[in-house]
Amino acid sequence: MSFTVQHLNAWYGRKQALYDVNLSFGSQSVTAMIGPSGCGKSTFVRCLNRMHEEIPDARVTGKVLVDDVDIYAQSIKPRHVRQHVGMVFQQPNVLPTRSIFDNVAMGPRINGHAHRSDLRELVERSLRQAALWEEVKEQLHAPATQLSGGQQQRLCIARTLANQPQIILMDEPCSALDPISTLQIEELIDELKQIYTIVIVTHNMSQAGRVADRTVFFLLGRVIEEAETSKLFSHPQKKETEDYVSGRFG
Amino acid sequence: MSTTVSERKNSASNPFKPPPSAREIQRQFNNGCLIVLATLFALLAVGVLIFLLLYVILNGIRYLNLDFFTRLPTPNGEPGGGMGPAIQGTLILVGLASLIGIPLGLFTAIYLSEFGRGRLANAVRSLVDLLTGVPTIIFGLFAWVIIVVPQETFSGFSGGVALGIIMIPIVARTTEDVLRLVPREQREASLSLGATEARTTFRVVIPAALSGIVTGIVLAMARVAGETAPLLMTAFGTTFRNTSIFEPMDALTLRVYNFTLSPYQTQVNQAYTGALVLILLILIASFTVRWFTGGFKRKF
Amino acid sequence: MQQQVSVSQGHIFQRSLAWVTTRFGRKPTDLLFRGVTLLLVFIVIATVIGVAIVLVVYSWPTITTFGLSFLANPAFDPVHNIYGVVPAIFGTLYTSLFAMIFAIPIGLLAAIFAVDFCPRGLRTPLAFFTDLLAAIPSVIIGLFGFLLLAPWLQKTGEPWLQQHLGFLPFFQGQIQGVGMLAAGMVLTIMVLPLIIAVSREVMLTVPTAQREAMLALGATRWEVIRYAVLPFSRVGILGGIILALGRALGETMAVTMVIGNQASKPSLSLFQTGYTLSSVIANQFGEATPGLFLSAVIEAGLIVFIITLITNILARALISSMERRGARGVRV
Repeated sequence: MSFTVQHLNAWYGRKQALYDVNLSFGSQSVTAMIGPSGCGKSTFVRCLNRMHEEIPDARVTGKVLVDDVDIYAQSIKPRHVRQHVGMVFQQPNVLPTRSIFDNVAMGPRINGHAHRSDLRELVERSLRQAALWEEVKEQLHAPATQLSGGQQQRLCIARTLANQPQIILMDEPCSALDPISTLQIEELIDELKQIYTIVIVTHNMSQAGRVADRTVFFLLGRVIEEAETSKLFSHPQKKETEDYVSGRFG
Repeated sequence: MSTTVSERKNSASNPFKPPPSAREIQRQFNNGCLIVLATLFALLAVGVLIFLLLYVILNGIRYLNLDFFTRLPTPNGEPGGGMGPAIQGTLILVGLASLIGIPLGLFTAIYLSEFGRGRLANAVRSLVDLLTGVPTIIFGLFAWVIIVVPQETFSGFSGGVALGIIMIPIVARTTEDVLRLVPREQREASLSLGATEARTTFRVVIPAALSGIVTGIVLAMARVAGETAPLLMTAFGTTFRNTSIFEPMDALTLRVYNFTLSPYQTQVNQAYTGALVLILLILIASFTVRWFTGGFKRKF
Repeated sequence: MQQQVSVSQGHIFQRSLAWVTTRFGRKPTDLLFRGVTLLLVFIVIATVIGVAIVLVVYSWPTITTFGLSFLANPAFDPVHNIYGVVPAIFGTLYTSLFAMIFAIPIGLLAAIFAVDFCPRGLRTPLAFFTDLLAAIPSVIIGLFGFLLLAPWLQKTGEPWLQQHLGFLPFFQGQIQGVGMLAAGMVLTIMVLPLIIAVSREVMLTVPTAQREAMLALGATRWEVIRYAVLPFSRVGILGGIILALGRALGETMAVTMVIGNQASKPSLSLFQTGYTLSSVIANQFGEATPGLFLSAVIEAGLIVFIITLITNILARALISSMERRGARGVRV
């Protein structure tokens, strides 16, 4: 599966947030987006599943090609894109009025991808993939809010997985979590990348070092540098990259 | 049966354009229905309002003239005349109501926002909130019992009291809300300079919240100007000049009510005009005060 | 000498003020301030309690005479001195139910429009119009009902309904224009802005993250509302509905003007005339002779008072439980 971005520009009203981004993602790999606050990495990732345009007055130009199909084509609806490009958010956003089972089943239910009997199987599979099954299998119908923060985030991951996307976007998925949960999720990402293509935004450089195959450095809405992770950190080509990774600014 | 990732990838040349299944069509349809109905109903709500306003304006404007504001109603459906006493009565009644409603409401708000702690304050707040849900005719009954009966006469005074009680919770709530918005630092600064609580409240907190307080008061006055039911058994209404507040007194709402049900077309015509004046009064009061204070807080 | 006296007098005054401050922990001005405030608050509390007491005391004759049968007696019969509020309660409930059946879907959907579909530029005008509708005095809605709606219903609306849907019990019976249908429609107009306003406020407090959760799964706008917005705000919306119900149950003027104020045998017909608890008070007040008649009218008031008190308490409990769940304050 090929996944490329060509000449992507994005605006919030009059203010431009992304300038001519061109990137290519390998399939079944993890790519990390790093950069200081406000550099556009979150905006970028939201353009990949057409969430950016949900903001009033937001605008995107350029192409995002999945298997050579531009998701921004006129004939394509954003919600169909989002079934294939899933997203996990910074704050775990489980649906508070629904049970654990219902949360995971929500995607397939509304998209009509599975029926009753298959649903149970799909939910179990997704929860296993998210390394949450063992902890919740006895209480699938308990409210999702009973889970801890780390568990809720894994539930959100399971929910995304149940929709069977090809690409998973993660916008700082661990920043609201404790270190142990963070580690659990990083291990999870390591397993998931064998099946899915993952793009992760992180402000934590060591996290990028731990999980990502390739890393992209953003600054002020532009891609400054993109390389294999270890190379980016040990031998950055650009001065700005070097300044950032050595902590001269953040 | 559920589809796997690779199955879906290979099933169509364009995975982002799924073939229109029954489910998809259903979803589109539901979504479309929602949009249509929501828009329709919003238009309906606005439409009803506009229709109503136009109805009153177009019918009422015909007989709107200076006489309307100055003359007495003519007897038995003779043409001419006006609602002078009714308009004057409404103004007097709102004035009386304000004498009761503003101080009581204001100080209740001050208590709740500046001093009130613990269970007593919560009880007071709940009591005041409950007061807002009570139908206004009940306050008319109350004023009837404690004033009209002992005095053996209907009076503008009792009407003013009834309306004043109605004003209390409205003023109290809006005032408390704006008082709470004043940052604590301002109070602390004043107190630490040695000012008394009284001075702090009246020289620092209230001036800071003044535009909100004034808005709340004017809106409360506009609200009671439109009340009819509590006046039925207190002010009662009259077709003669208002002489004293201890006699029956007319009000715009009472006159409109009365004339709407009248068998005489001339009086019905006057009812439209009265309704128009009433709406204008309320609108002008509400919107000039919001204009001047720059606030557009939603309260009801 | 003179100077010395006035100095020592002034001195005494200062000293007593200081004594007060030490003794009570506050300066005298503040004591006065607090005293006045507490006094006024006390007057407010006394008034509220006073209203309740007055209602009970003045309806005591009929409470003791009829007891619970007051709620079961079929009519206000001054001639035989028998009073009962069955038709009044029926009228109140029937018209309020009608109003809720129409105002809830219309109001909720209009609120959804205001929150999710309304173009930015139209947001303020829409809010303005809703506020305006809420501010129209009920006597004017009553005027509209009596002079335009009821005659139209009599001439066109009700005959049409009877002709096409007359097999339903709702559309049978004598057509008079005024009656339950007119009253129900007028109540709907009065209650609608309240439902729109509360629903709108409550739905605005739903965190964006919830909507995004559904959007990221590929939901349609309806699905976002159905699975994220509405479940999150359902408690608050319910509170708003109950508040609206309370308003409908207590509404007086508009209903009085169009309900006909004549008892008919309670049936399902929307065309029948009748009366409500509030309209009984408004109409019978003038006629009521001291004694049982008057007491009956006031007891009707007591019943309205209790009903609206209960709905009010229930609604606020619901709305405040929503506030506790971390939503922004929703003041109603």
